[in-house]
This record gives sequence, structure tokens and C-alpha cells, in this order.
Amino acid sequence: MKIAATLIAAVCMLAGAAYGAGSPSHSKRVVLVTHDSFAISKPVRAAFARQTGLELRLLQTGDAGAALNRALLTAGKPEGDVFFGVDNNLLTRALAGNMLVPYRPAALSAVDRRYDLDATHRLIPVDHGEVCLNYDKAWFTEHALAPPRSLDDLGRSAYRGLLVVENPATSTPGLAFMLATIAHYGENGWRAYWRKLRANKLLVTDGWEEAYEQRFSGAAGSKGNRPIVVSYASSPPAEVFFSGKKLAQAPTGVVLSSCFRQIEFAGVLRGASNPDGARKLIDFLLSPRFQADVPLSMFVFPVRRGVPLPAVFTQFAPAVPHPLELPARTIGANRDRWIREWTSTVLR
Amino acid sequence: MLSLVDLGVSFDGTRALAGASLDLQTGETLALLGPSGCGKTTLLRVVAGLQPPASGRVMLDGDDLAATPPHLRRIGLMFQENVLFPHKNVAGNVAFGLRMAGTSRGETAERVRELLELVGLPNAAGRTVQTLSGGEQQRVALARALAPAPRVLLLDEPLGSLDGPLRERLLDDLRTLFDRLGLTVLYVTHDVGEAFAIGHRVAVMKAGRVVQAGTPDELWTGPADSWVARFLGIRNVFTENDRCVVIRPEAVRVVAGSAARVVAAERRGAVVWLRLHTEDGRELESATTATDHPVPGATVGIEIDPAGVVEVPLED
Amino acid sequence: MDKHGPAVSRLVLLKHKASRRTDWAVVIATAVPAAFLGLFFFYPLGSILERGLTQDGGLDFPSDVFFSHETAQIVWFTVWQAVVSTVLTLLAGMPLAWATARVRFRGRGLTRALVVVPFVLPTVVVATAFLTLLPTGLQRGVVPILLAHVFFNIAIVVRVVGGYWSRLDPRLWDAAATLGASPARRFRELTLPALRPALSAAAALTFLFCFTSFGVVVILGGPTRLTLEAAIYDEAARAFDLRAAAALALIQLAAVAAIVTVSSRLEARAGLVAPLTSEQAAAHSPSHRERVALVASLFGGALLLGAPLAALAWRSIETPDGIGLTFYRALGRETPALLVPPWHAILNSLGYAAAATLIALTIGGLAASVIARRSAGWLDTAVMLPLGASAVMLGYGFVIGFDTAPLDFRGSFWIVPVVQSLVAAPFVVRLLAPALRAVDPRLREAAAVLGAPPARVRREIDLPLALRPLGVAAGLAFAIALGEFGATVFLARSDHPTLPVAIFRFLGRPGAENQGVAAALCVMLMAVTTAAVLATERLAARHGAL
Repeated sequence: MKIAATLIAAVCMLAGAAYGAGSPSHSKRVVLVTHDSFAISKPVRAAFARQTGLELRLLQTGDAGAALNRALLTAGKPEGDVFFGVDNNLLTRALAGNMLVPYRPAALSAVDRRYDLDATHRLIPVDHGEVCLNYDKAWFTEHALAPPRSLDDLGRSAYRGLLVVENPATSTPGLAFMLATIAHYGENGWRAYWRKLRANKLLVTDGWEEAYEQRFSGAAGSKGNRPIVVSYASSPPAEVFFSGKKLAQAPTGVVLSSCFRQIEFAGVLRGASNPDGARKLIDFLLSPRFQADVPLSMFVFPVRRGVPLPAVFTQFAPAVPHPLELPARTIGANRDRWIREWTSTVLR
Repeated sequence: MLSLVDLGVSFDGTRALAGASLDLQTGETLALLGPSGCGKTTLLRVVAGLQPPASGRVMLDGDDLAATPPHLRRIGLMFQENVLFPHKNVAGNVAFGLRMAGTSRGETAERVRELLELVGLPNAAGRTVQTLSGGEQQRVALARALAPAPRVLLLDEPLGSLDGPLRERLLDDLRTLFDRLGLTVLYVTHDVGEAFAIGHRVAVMKAGRVVQAGTPDELWTGPADSWVARFLGIRNVFTENDRCVVIRPEAVRVVAGSAARVVAAERRGAVVWLRLHTEDGRELESATTATDHPVPGATVGIEIDPAGVVEVPLED
Repeated sequence: MDKHGPAVSRLVLLKHKASRRTDWAVVIATAVPAAFLGLFFFYPLGSILERGLTQDGGLDFPSDVFFSHETAQIVWFTVWQAVVSTVLTLLAGMPLAWATARVRFRGRGLTRALVVVPFVLPTVVVATAFLTLLPTGLQRGVVPILLAHVFFNIAIVVRVVGGYWSRLDPRLWDAAATLGASPARRFRELTLPALRPALSAAAALTFLFCFTSFGVVVILGGPTRLTLEAAIYDEAARAFDLRAAAALALIQLAAVAAIVTVSSRLEARAGLVAPLTSEQAAAHSPSHRERVALVASLFGGALLLGAPLAALAWRSIETPDGIGLTFYRALGRETPALLVPPWHAILNSLGYAAAATLIALTIGGLAASVIARRSAGWLDTAVMLPLGASAVMLGYGFVIGFDTAPLDFRGSFWIVPVVQSLVAAPFVVRLLAPALRAVDPRLREAAAVLGAPPARVRREIDLPLALRPLGVAAGLAFAIALGEFGATVFLARSDHPTLPVAIFRFLGRPGAENQGVAAALCVMLMAVTTAAVLATERLAARHGAL
């Protein structure tokens, strides 16, 4: 019996170890350091391996902010070769941290100019998405209330107690929404707006999962009771996609005037052990194959011109003609102060 | 031969041993007798090596054991309350010492069987310790101590927790066993009868010192002082003007007369013990095997055999 | 008589001879855990603290953080919620500890194993379960935090206190009863003092877990209630203010060191040394009054622990097409949420946890053997510290500390078990040290007199008698390693996720399917834990003492 126990333990360990070991040498693989929301479908990954002869290994280290901070911490001695997941809100921080080296991929010419925010080419745009207010259509129909059309609407008494937002200190969409209000109301008006929201009994969560999956009434399987949430323009198509049924309409809608532009970047890490592979990976991220994959893997939009979108996106994803924006430098200079002010205005 | 030379041990200010000395011949059973708290157990622990003495020496066959740790002394110890290993069965307990000595599996099993038969538990090998009665535990503890063939066997009140007839039987068995195996045994007890029954010689301890050692007859006929006499159970100890006289009870004969009155008459087995009050107010004890002894209340005369009278020093 | 010189020189000679023999076993048993902790705990933690506290080569003392009002508020909240949680957990756990320790009933072993399951679950999952169960008014705030803490930590009280309780000799209590002591009297004057070492051990561990609680506080407390750990995470991972994070981490470490020192001193002064005996002898069939108490305890336990777990189980079979096993079938499929099919996470978890348990048993066992002989020392505190250190800071420390050869461990398989064992080893120590201390020293003497040298005595006496608590320790260590999330999510390779990491990933993706798979994985985690704990219990019972 003792022997059996030792054997079982040994087998467990060997299984784990064998799993862990058996890794090819550095030049045969490229490591992508990114956040938890990164996803790539299997055929696309296999395509990368076929095209370049390199194994793609992922290192997912938390949400966008945490992953970036970790990469900054290891600047010069990075845990991988490429970093993916800097968005325009964190752009200046990433660049200031001296963790990237420049590389200008040829495919950059196929990318819309307005997405290419880094002139030094240390950060290459890969996808974009908009953070917008989503609302639960069924709820508003049931309660005979018109869904909100603008940011101003949220401050009205008719919409009391209906909103759930994420904390900008801890959530990327939360941060984007706060920036949207700053972009819309300006430096002098945004705090007053949030005071109004607070008086209107908004709910603040720490992260998107809790806000959307548990508090938002429009998410499938949610027991939440708030019909307005800060989420993405791609959330309605996601709801349709994951419902598994053929729907005529998306169950949720988007408040177009509340949308804030988010662009996501990637870059070659300074001190990477496989810089050549890193460059090949950046090229791949901009290739039509990968760009066509991003909508259904990560629920974001490709930056490359002429890439076809899947049906569920063309049918149910709203077009956002004029998303709110703020210059990356402005964001970089004021973000921390704004977050502190937001915290004292809304939470204290 | 085991020699204890002037052993001294102190705990928290009290002197448990104050210069105890003793000699034990090979093949001899020496009963160590004394009241509780006199240091008997401490002495055993020093001999076993579990307690380093502050002063004095333990010599075995000419070697000073000071530098030898307990596991190398080959001195067996049977604890008060046995202390059997709860996580091993009977065979496991008995085999322990043999395993430590590196005995082969087959030889160990053989020896375990022998020993269990010797102590009268031939079928107990597979039983767990928890299922044994008090007497059985005692025997297993004995077998365990004997197994590695120790040079000296120390027993600490081995019959302490047992009752009457069982005690007698076990005492008998032990004596037979010790003689048969020619063991060198140091047997600690507080019971005089037990000590006399089992020991070739008896040593009496008091307050950390050995005050007398000798055969039971030697002790009985010539106690070292008044304290020893009383401890051995002799009541007739009379002190007067710094002089002490001991009269053995069997030397006090009851005859016709009026010198004393019988206060009590107690039969203990073959011997009747009479308590007598003399005219001049003294109490005497008489031991007789006669069946026609006087009853309480009777008036009797006293005859004392001078051979049974001995002068002893006063205790200090 | 002594003829070889004055007694004084003899005395000196004796003393000299005794001290010359160094016990190498003790030296090794002290050095190995110390080296392990030094390399894998103090070094990475030191690295990240240095990074945070130095500015351009000089020490940047964060006095503004230390003495700010905000910090004081955070510390105060952390302390009082931990104290209240501990008290509640002790109260809630004692009836169950009593039931599993002293009363013989069918299903005792199963109850003991099941109680550990909540301990394993990742905080994300438990918080979610509570959110679904609790009415809206009670969903945020201190009350759910306290409830969740009791839910998590009741296992500690039941196993640590119960384990010790089950080996106390009942005859002492029988004797007291015959002397006229009522049950309440017996409890107050015998039970509580006898249990003191186990109670302080359980209280210390529970306090530590509640003190460093992160996920529960963040999800159920809302954004305004911060404990030290949550604040450290905030500063380190999000705001990237390593300086503030380092300052808070230091405060946390200091507090933990103080708690640990105090509690181990309490533990060493074993209240009433009641001799330990076999577990079978200690448990008895319940009297009528006791039967009522038994049922009440079991029912209460089932309610508190079972309801959230049942809610999770229900979630895993509540598919959009009615009740079914769709989500379980999906475990074999690859999805974008995870890089591998979800069932791989089960294998990974088992592998990591097995390795971590071995390390924790070795390190913890060695440390316990030293700590048991000379109570409470620097080693005791050092072993307990990882429980109080911030998982974030430690994770970061690993990332920057092990980035250059020859310490280039970052991508290695072993880094996860090592980190998991840092959290598991303290439990091993807390379970083994009291048990080792309570071994009847005469058993060791008996063995010595029968020819066993000191090392052999340890092997023949200490080890088997410790094997039963070793079994309990192994089970608990395995469960902890299985459920470890904070550091594992930091350090595990993304293509080798563990069950908690996989659950977290699925929870983070939209759609009923992903949520259902997450629930199914939770059920798998619960099943694996229960099986593991039951198995280790059985092994130990067969082979150890009793």
C-alpha cells in the first residue's frame, strides 16, 4: 500500500514534469507576453507555426494593466519576446518604461493611419474596439422606458439605479468610460457629471466580469437587475454568438454617443531571447489571417483595411462613426490624477 | 559485575541521589527496596544511561559507562507502566531490540516465539497492545526487555499495577525465569515481601543513599539501624537513652503468665501475629505458627529468645 | 568510591563528553528548511522590496505611506475583520470538530474530508456562489465577507482542533465525571485547557488567512473596503506604485511576524498535557443528549458549507436546454478561453499539487521536528511568514529575482510547486509540531534502552507516531496546493493552467456556456479534493500509529 502511494505520487509528478519539460530550444519558439483576454484560434496558431516554423507560446499575466506593469518590471530581462496588450490609455506608460525596441513591419502600410499612434514604431496597432454603454432591450420594453440615448440621460431621475460601471482604477473599460466622460464634458465638467451619477445611485464594481456577468440584466445567465452597463461595442454580437440560437435581433443595444475608442498595440520586447522570431510574430499579427480571426476570438475589430468581418458582426455590431477620443499624451499625463479624483468623487 | 560508585543527582534543588553505592554480582538478583521518593527510579535511570549523574560512576565489568549512550549499554529496562510501543503489535514490540541489533528476520521471529513462550504468552504475537490486559502487558514488556539479551536487566516496580494472586504468580514466574537464564537483575520495589521473595540480596535505600545491602536473612537478623528495622516491618524497636534494641517477632514467645495482655491476633497465612501490651506499657509483637494461640483479651507471659535481640545504631 | 581525582574534574569531563556529540540530524533538519525559505521566500521578497524602496541607489523611506490616515484605516479594517472572522470561525467550527473527533458515527471520515473542500475553492468561485445565494441587501459589506471567511476557514478549526482533540485520552474526562464534574464544568476546566495548543494554532492560521484575504474582500466588500492585501495589489499591479506597495507589504509582514510569535509561544506552553492515545479509543458512541448535539452540528455544517457548494453544483448542470451534462462534455473540447482542453487543467493541478505536497511535507516535517524539541524560534516564525506575505509581491519577486542564471527558474515546472509549498508548509508544521511534542518521552527512552541510536529512535518512534498527523498534513497540503490561486496565476505557464486558473479564465468570458463550464470545473475541483483527502487519510490510518 505504501508502495502504491509512492507510485501514484511519482506518476503524478512525472506527468506534470513531462508536461512541463520537453520544450524546444529558444530559437524554435517565440513567447508572446500578454493579458488574460488574448485569444487565438487553433487553426490560426497552426498557420503561424507552418509559415514561420516557430512554436508560439503564450504567457498571460493578468489584465491589461497588470500585464503591462509586470512587463515594465522586467524591462531588459523580459519573460518573452513580444508584448501584446498596451492600449492607447497606457501607451505613454509603456513607452516611458523603456521596455520595447522599434520595428516597422511592412504590413503597417495596410493599416488605417488613425490607429498608428506611435511614431517611434515601438508599438504597432493590432486591433481596436470601442467601450460603450450597453443596455438590455427587453428590460426597457418591459418597463415601458426609452433606453438611454446619451451620457446626459444617465443623470436623469428616470434612470435612477439602473447603471453599473467598473472602477477605472481596476478595470480597462471602466477607465475608458471615465475618459469618455472627460472627453465629452471636459476637464471642468466631468466631476459634476459623476456626482450626478452617484446621486442617481450607480453601482461600481471592480471588474468587467462582475459588472457584465452578474449585475447586468442583459447578459445571458445573469441574475443581475441593472439594465445599463459599461461594456464593449462587440458585446451585442457576442451575446448572439454565444446564445447558440438564430436571433433576428441582438438582445442588447449600444449607446453610440458614449463610445470611447480603444486601440490595442503590440511591440518587440527589449532584451528578448528571440528577436527575429519576435519580428516574425508582429508581421503575423498584422497578417490577413490573424486579423480576420480577432473578431470571434477576442471580440475586437481588425485594424487592417479590407479584412472581412464575420456575419454576426456585420449583422449585430453597431458602427461607431465618431467615438470619443483623447490624445494619448494627455491621457498619460493626467490619468493617475483623474483616477484619484474619480475615486474621491464617486467612492468616498 | 555492576558497580555503582557514589552516584549523585540533583533535580531543581532536591538531591534525588546523594552518594548511592551498590555492587551487583553477575547472575545475581538484587532487590532495591525503599519508600517512594527515595531515589530508586532515578538510580535505575542513571544505570540505564537516561540520566547523567552529577557525580559518581557506573562501572560494568570494569568499564566506566559514563561515555556510553543508553543504546549502546546493553542494559535492559522494564519501565513502571510498561511503556509498550502503541503502534506496534506484540511481536513488533518484542522484536524491537533484536532489530536494533541487526538480527536476521528469521532469527528474530524464532527468538520472539521463544520469548513469548517463556513469559507464558505463546499465541499473542499478532495481537495489538491495546487489547492486552495488565498482566499480559507486563509479560510482553518483560519479553521485550529480555529479547536483546542484555547484560543487566533493570525492573522498575514491574508488579506495581497488578493484583494479589496474579502478582504472586508473576513473582514466581519471574524468579524462576531469572534463575533459569542466569540473569543479572536489579529489581526495584517498595514492597518488602516482594523484595525478599525475589532478591538473592536486598539493598535498602533511603533519601538517595543505600543504607544497607545483604541477603534477606542478613537484613532480617541484623538491620543496619532502627529505621531499616522499622522499614522491614519489625515493630519491636525500642529506643532508650541513645541506645536502640530490636527484638525480632519470632523471638517473642507467648507462655502462661500475666506479664502482658493480648490486644490483637491476626492470621496471615501460616503465621499468626499477636500484639501484646505489657504491664509496663510497652507494645510487643509476636509471630507464631502455633494454632492454639491465645485470643485477644487473654493474659499471657512473655519469653524472649536472646538470639533474637540485637542492638542497632539509631537512625540519623 | 572515587579514587581517580576530585569529583569536580570528573564533572567537567562528563559535561565535555556530552556536548561533543553534535546531533547532525538536528543540524540538517534546521538547515534545509532555512535554506529553502532563504532562497525561495526571503530572496525574492527582498528583491521586490528593494526595487520598491530604493530610488536611484538610495533608500527611499516611504514614511508618508506608513503614517497616512488612509493606511491607518486600511490596517484597522484588516485587523478587526480578521479578528471577528476568527472568533466566528472558531465558534462555528467547534461543534463540528467535536463531532468528528469524539463521536463515533457513520460517515465520520467523509465529513472530515468534505469539510476541507471549501478551503480549496478559489475565492472567485466562492464569492460568486455567495453572491448568488445571498439576498440583495446582504450582498456587499462586512457581513458577506465574514460569512465567506467562516466558510473558507472552518476546515482549519475542524481538522487542526479536531485532529488534536481526537487523540486526547478520554479517561481523564471519565475520571472528572466520576468526581462530580458536569459536562459544562468538564469543558471549561479540562477540554479548553487541554485543547489550548490546537486552539491557538487554529486561531493563528485562521487569523492569518483572514488577515491576508484578498479575493473575498474585493468581490464581496466592494471597492471601498480595502484590506492590506487588496491595497498592495492595487498599488503594485495596477497603479504600479511599487514604493507604496512595498511599504504596505512591510507593514503586513511585521504584523504577521508579531501574530506568529505570540501564537507559537501560546502553543508551546501546552495547557494541560493530556496523554495522546489511539483515535479508536478516544471516540465513543453518542449518548442520547449527544446525539441531538451531533445532528445539530452536522446539520448546521451542512447548511453553512453545503448551500454554496450545492448552488455551484446546480449551476454546472443548469444548461440552457434544461438539466444536463453538456458542460461536462465540453471539458474535453478546446475553446478560445483556455489554450488547452479544460481537462488538462485537472492533470496539471494534480501534478503541481503532488510535487508541492512532497516539498511541503519535507520542509515542514523537518522544521516541525526541530520546532517540537526547542519550541518557538526564528525557524517557527520564518516558516509561517509566507502565509502573511503578499502573493502579488512574492510573485513579482520571483519574476525579477529569478531572471538570470544560475537562478533562471522563471519558466520551469518547479516554480509553481515551490510557491505552493511555501503556503502549504506552515500547515504541516502547525499540525506536526504539537503532535511530536506530545509523544511520551518514555517511548523514546524505551527505544534507546533497547539499542536504538537517536536517529533510529526518530525513525521508529517519532515518525510512525507522527504518521497520522502526517497523513492529515499531507491531505491539507494537497488541498491547499490544489486551490492556490494568487501566486499560481502569476507564475504558471499559460499552456499549463491549473484548475483554479482555468475556472478564473472561464468566468472571465461572456456567455452561458463559459459560465457553465466554469461551474463544471468547480465541481471537478471539489471532487478531486475530496478524493485526495480521503485517500491520504486512509493511507495514513493503515500505516501510521493507531
